[in-house]
Amino acid sequence: MSDTIEVDGKQLAVDEEGYLADLNDWVPAVADVMAKQDNLELSEEHWDIINFLREYYEEYQIAPAVRVLTKAVGKKLGKEKGNSKYLYSLFPYGPAKQACRFAGLPKPTGCV
Amino acid sequence: MSETVKQFLYLNRKAPYGTIYAWEALEVVLIGAAFDQDVGVMFLDDGVYQLVKGQDPREIGMKNFSPTFRTLGDYEVGRIYVDGESLAARGLTREDLVEIAWEDPETEEEVDNIVEVVDRTRARALMDEADVVFSF
Amino acid sequence: MSILHTVNKSPFERNSLESCVQFASDGAAVLLFEDGVYAALAGTGAESRVREALGRLRLYVLGPDLKARGLSEDRIIEGIGVVDYAGFVDLAAEHDKVQAWL
Repeated sequence: MSDTIEVDGKQLAVDEEGYLADLNDWVPAVADVMAKQDNLELSEEHWDIINFLREYYEEYQIAPAVRVLTKAVGKKLGKEKGNSKYLYSLFPYGPAKQACRFAGLPKPTGCV
Repeated sequence: MSETVKQFLYLNRKAPYGTIYAWEALEVVLIGAAFDQDVGVMFLDDGVYQLVKGQDPREIGMKNFSPTFRTLGDYEVGRIYVDGESLAARGLTREDLVEIAWEDPETEEEVDNIVEVVDRTRARALMDEADVVFSF
Repeated sequence: MSILHTVNKSPFERNSLESCVQFASDGAAVLLFEDGVYAALAGTGAESRVREALGRLRLYVLGPDLKARGLSEDRIIEGIGVVDYAGFVDLAAEHDKVQAWL
């Protein structure tokens, strides 16, 4: 049996690592529920990254690797945010892995 | 980390969708790009079809990975070559292909399109120059 | 015996289409699909062979496979019919058998 998470009263399928099985299932509440499981409270800064990842996926059909994400975030949201220290402070389990999970995307290509 | 930067050349010879080669090759290139090597990608034979603009495989139930090629620049793949003879034999021109932008990591100089159509002499030289060639 | 031949390989990578055309009887139907659709494009190195085949065979190409590969229907060699999945089924039903050239 596959795992599920409960979001707004609905059961959504996730894989063994907690990533959404179907990216079309995503609603913002998915991120809140997943963050709660990780003992995180989502701030506006978190949402900037989550939204950024969703836009990137929409355009390129892949989740970016960490260093690609860092560079792109620096360009889009300001140089002071384009470093892995800042991103790790927001997403302690890794910006690409954890933030992609919150954003409903598959695990980034190049992450093992 | 290794001191010497090697020249990697990925050769793509298969059309997209009909087989899994094209998608797998792209994944390998993206993963390999994390290792700070000098990476080039060449499209020849039916591989040139991978770069054709306007792909829409929704009706055949496949993932559209055509937009993903445009991230190669983000992944610091700075050299992308297309064999001109392969293009011509298939009734295609450079106008039929996607454009891939690139920014120099050091100088932040931006190039709008790094897709370079090459002749056979240059293609041969590129293969000779490469330290490692991966074929798909 | 009427036959629908199907070709799903690129003419630049395999000789499936070439063999199909050589063995198909006059008046037979040939459907190009998957990577086979690349043969339907005008201006390629395979065009003269395809035009020759059109003289004695009926050629069709599967629209969704063209669309997937970014090839618009107005680039197709004149005389080749574009069909959708339902058209594929109709062709299969209209013929006594389907012969695949893999």
